[in-house]
Amino acid sequence: MENFQYILPEIFISVSIMIFLLVGVFKKNSASLIYNLSNISLVILLALIINLGSIDTAYLFNNSYSIDNLSNYMKIILVGSGIFVMLTGSKYIQVINLNKIEYPILILSSILGMMIMISSNDLIVFYMGLELQSLALYVLASFNRDNLLSTESGLKYFVLSALSSGLLLYGCSLTYGFSESTNFDQILINSTEFNYGTTFGIVFILVGLAFKISAVPFHMWAPDVYQGSPTSVTLFFAILPKIAALAVFIKFLYTPFANMNDQWQTIIVFISIASMIFGAVAAIGQKNLKRLIAYSSISHMGYALAGLATVSNQGIQSSIIYISIYLVMNLAFFSCLFMLKKNDKYYENIEDLSGLSKKHPILSFSLLIVLFSLAGIPPLAGFFAKFYVFLAVIEQSMYFLAIVGLLATVVAAFYYLRIIKIIYFDPEKEEYETSHDLGLKITLAISTIFILAYFIYPSGITEIVSKITMI
Amino acid sequence: MNFPILSSLILLPTIGALFILFTKSSSGKNQSSKYVALFISLANFLLSLYLWYVFDENSVGFQFVENREWLLGFINYKVGIDGISILFIILTTFITPICIISVNVTITKRLKDFLIAILIMETFMIGVFCSLDLVVFYLFFEAGLIPMFLIIGIWGGERRVYSAFKFFLYTLLGSVLMLVAIISIYWITGTTDVVKLYELGIQAEYQNLLWLAFFSSFAVKTPMWPVHTWLPDAHVEAPTVGSVLLAAILLKMAGYGFIRFSLGLFPIASENFTMLVYVLSLIAIIYTSLVALMQEDMKKLIAYSSVAHMGFVTLGIFTMTQQGIEGSIFQMISHGLVSAALFLSVGVVYERHHTRLINKYGGLVSIMPKYAIVFMVFTLGALGLPGTTGFIGEFLILMGAFEKNILVAMIASLGVILGAAYMLWLFKRVVFGEINNQELKSMRDLKIFEIITLSALVIPILFFGFYPEPLMNSIEASVENTLNMYNFEIINNLASKD
Repeated sequence: MENFQYILPEIFISVSIMIFLLVGVFKKNSASLIYNLSNISLVILLALIINLGSIDTAYLFNNSYSIDNLSNYMKIILVGSGIFVMLTGSKYIQVINLNKIEYPILILSSILGMMIMISSNDLIVFYMGLELQSLALYVLASFNRDNLLSTESGLKYFVLSALSSGLLLYGCSLTYGFSESTNFDQILINSTEFNYGTTFGIVFILVGLAFKISAVPFHMWAPDVYQGSPTSVTLFFAILPKIAALAVFIKFLYTPFANMNDQWQTIIVFISIASMIFGAVAAIGQKNLKRLIAYSSISHMGYALAGLATVSNQGIQSSIIYISIYLVMNLAFFSCLFMLKKNDKYYENIEDLSGLSKKHPILSFSLLIVLFSLAGIPPLAGFFAKFYVFLAVIEQSMYFLAIVGLLATVVAAFYYLRIIKIIYFDPEKEEYETSHDLGLKITLAISTIFILAYFIYPSGITEIVSKITMI
Repeated sequence: MNFPILSSLILLPTIGALFILFTKSSSGKNQSSKYVALFISLANFLLSLYLWYVFDENSVGFQFVENREWLLGFINYKVGIDGISILFIILTTFITPICIISVNVTITKRLKDFLIAILIMETFMIGVFCSLDLVVFYLFFEAGLIPMFLIIGIWGGERRVYSAFKFFLYTLLGSVLMLVAIISIYWITGTTDVVKLYELGIQAEYQNLLWLAFFSSFAVKTPMWPVHTWLPDAHVEAPTVGSVLLAAILLKMAGYGFIRFSLGLFPIASENFTMLVYVLSLIAIIYTSLVALMQEDMKKLIAYSSVAHMGFVTLGIFTMTQQGIEGSIFQMISHGLVSAALFLSVGVVYERHHTRLINKYGGLVSIMPKYAIVFMVFTLGALGLPGTTGFIGEFLILMGAFEKNILVAMIASLGVILGAAYMLWLFKRVVFGEINNQELKSMRDLKIFEIITLSALVIPILFFGFYPEPLMNSIEASVENTLNMYNFEIINNLASKD
C-alpha cells in the first residue's frame, strides 16, 4: 500500500461517481445538487493531483499504470479545464432543460476514463480508459435527445468512433503479436528491429488516436458533432478529449515506439500539415460558430502535432504548452458564446454577432482578444503557443513544416478577421441579455486576462513544462 | 542613471489607454478622454525630448539599454537606442499628439475607442524603434497590426473592410517568413540579441535566405514596388488620422528595419542583393510617380507619392554610403512630417466639402488663403524644394547614388522631376484657377486647432530644411558605425574567399 497516494485521485473520483449515482437514484430532484457536488469533487480531485507534486516515475499494478510528471501535468490541466467547463455550462443546461443527474456523472466518468488513458502503461489499461471516456461521450453528444442535430451527432460520433476503436484494437493486437507484450516498456525493449507487423501496428494505433484528436484525415466527425451537441458538451469535446489524446500520443510515440521514430515521423508530419491546411481553408465558408471552432480546433491540433513530429524534448514541451494555451482560448471563446443569450434562446451563428461591439463593448473586446489570439497575432498568448512550436520545429531543421504552418496561419487569420469584422464593422442587429451568472463571468475574465497578460511573464508555464522530458 | 526611461516611453501610452478605458464618459462628446489622451501623448513627447537632450551623440553604442529576463533561458526583453532610433521615437511622439488634436472633427463615432487604439498604437511603434532583440522587435512589429486594422475597419470610408483585410493579410504574410528567419537565427547563433549578433556575425552561407525572409516582411511594409498595392487602398479608406499614422510612422518601421537588421545582420547578403533593391526602388520611383500623376483622388495621389518617396529611401539605404544612408534617414523623417501634413490638409478640405476628388476643387486660394499658404509649404516640402526637409533627404540620397552607380542615380533624378510635376499639378488644380464649383464658396478657412496642428508641422519642415544640423549630428556617429561594421564584414568575407 505504499503507493496508495499515487492512485488516490482515480479512486476518489470513482467512489464519488458511485456515491453520486446512489444519491441520484434515491433522492428526488437532486440534479442541481449533484451538479454542484460533482464540481466540488473535481476541485478536490485537482487538489489531490497537485498534491503529488513533481515526482520520479512511479509504477503501479504490475507496471501497467504509471504516474510521472507528464501524466500529472496533463491531469492537472484536464481536471482544471473540467472545472471551468462545468462552471460555464451550469446555466446553459438549466436553460435548455438538460439538468439531469446523468449529465455531471457522465462528465465525471469521462474524466476518469481520460485520467486512466493518460496514466496507462499497458495496451489493455489504455484501451479500457479510452472506451470509458468514449462511451460517456457518445451519450453526452446526444444528450439533447429531442433535438435532431444532437441525436445525429451522437450517432455519428458513435459509429465513427467505434470504427476507429476497431482500427486501434487491431493495431494493438498486431503490436502485441510482434513484440510479445502489452506493456509499453516491454514493447520498447522488444521492438528494436524493424518489422512490418509493428509498423502496421503503429499505423493503426495512430489512426485511432488521430481520430480522437480530430486530425485530418480523420476529422470528418468533428464539425457535425460540434454543431449538434449541446454547447456545453461541445466545449467539453473541444478541450478535454484533446488533452487526453495528446498525452496518449506523446506516451505512445515516446515510450513503446520510441525506437521506431523513423517509421512514424513522416506520418505525424503529414497529419500535422494536412490538419493545419485543411482546418484553415475549410473554416472560411462556415456560418455557424460552433462549426467554425471545430475547423479551427482541427488546425490547432495540427500545430500541436507539429511539435510532436520533431522527436525532441523541446518539441514535446512545445506541444504541451500549445494545448495548455489552446484550452484557455477555447474556454474564453465558449464563455463568449454562452453570453449570446436572449429570452432563453442561445445564438450561435456568425451573423448573430453583427454589430455586437456597439451594445456589448466588454464582450466584444474579449472576443477580439480571443480571436486575435487564436489567429496567433502577438503579443497575445496564442502567438507564444505557435512560437514555441516553431522554435522546436526549426531546431530540427524541418523548414518545410514550419513555413507551411506559418502560411496556414495567414489563411486562418482571414476567417478570424471575418468574425472581428462582423463584430466591429457591421451594423448592429441583435441585443442580448447583459446579466450572466458569476461562473461564466469569472471564467471569461480569467481566461481573457490570461491571454492578454501572458506576455508579461511567459516563462511560468515553460518552467513547469520543462520538467517533462521523455527522451 | 537607472530610471527605465525607454520602458516608460513604451508603457506610458498604454497606461493612458487603460485610464481612458476605465473613465466613465459623462457626456457623449468624451471631452475628458480626449484631454487625457492629449496630456499623455504630450507628456510622452516631452519625455522623448528629454531623452534626446541627455542622449550622447558622440557615442556609437546603444544607450539607455535595459535588459530583463523574459522568456526564460531563451530571450531577454532588451531595449536601447542609438542615434538613428531616437529620431524615429521623437517623430512618433511628435505625430501622436497632432493626431489626437485633429481627432476633433474627423472622428464622429466611438471617440473613446479611437483614442485607445491610437495610444496603444503609439506603444507598439515606440517599441519597434527601441527593441534590441529580434523577438521583441517582431512582437511590436506585428502587434501594431491589431490597432491599425481596427482603425481602418471601424472608422474608415466605404471600402474599409476590403482595405483593412488587405492591409492585415499582406503584412502578416510578409512577416511570418521573418519569424521563420528569426527562429533560424536563434538556432544558428544561439541568441536573438541584436548587439550580440552584431559582434558574432552570421555565417555567410545562411545570409542570403535570411536576408530574403526579412526582405519579404520589410518590402511589404515599406512598401516596395510589386507589393505596394495595399497602401493606396489603406490610405484612401482610413480616416485622416489613420492615414497620418500609417504614412508618417508605420512605413518608417520597414526603413528602420532595413538599416538595423538587413544591413547590420546580413551585410554579405545585402551586398549580393543590392541590384535587386536598386531595380525595385527605381521602378517604385518612376512607375508610381507616373501613376500618381494620373490620380483623381487626392489621398490616392499622396499615397502613391509615398511609395515613390519610400523608393528613394530604400535606394539610399542600399547605396551603402554615408550620404546615402543619412539621406535615407533624413528623407524618412521628412516624409513623416510632410506626408502627415499633406494628409491632414486633405482632411481639412474633405471635412468641409466631403469629397477627395481633385476636379471638385479649384480656386481655394481666394476662399481659404491661410490654407493655401500652409498647403503650399507642404507641397514644396514633398517635391523637395531647397529650404525644406525634402530637399536635403533627396539630395543626399542622390549624392550617395552617384557615388555608386551613375545610371541608377540618373534614373532616380527623373523621379525628382516627376515628383515636382504631380505635386505642383495637384496644387494648381486645387488651390489656383477659377472657382467653378459654387458650393466651395461656403467653405471656411482654417480653425484654431487646425492652425495649431498644421503650423506645428510647418515649423520643423522649414526649420530642419534650413538647419539640418541637429538631426545630422544625432545620426552621424551611428550611421558611421553601421557602415564600418558593414565594410569590415564585407572585407573579411572577401579575404576568406581568397
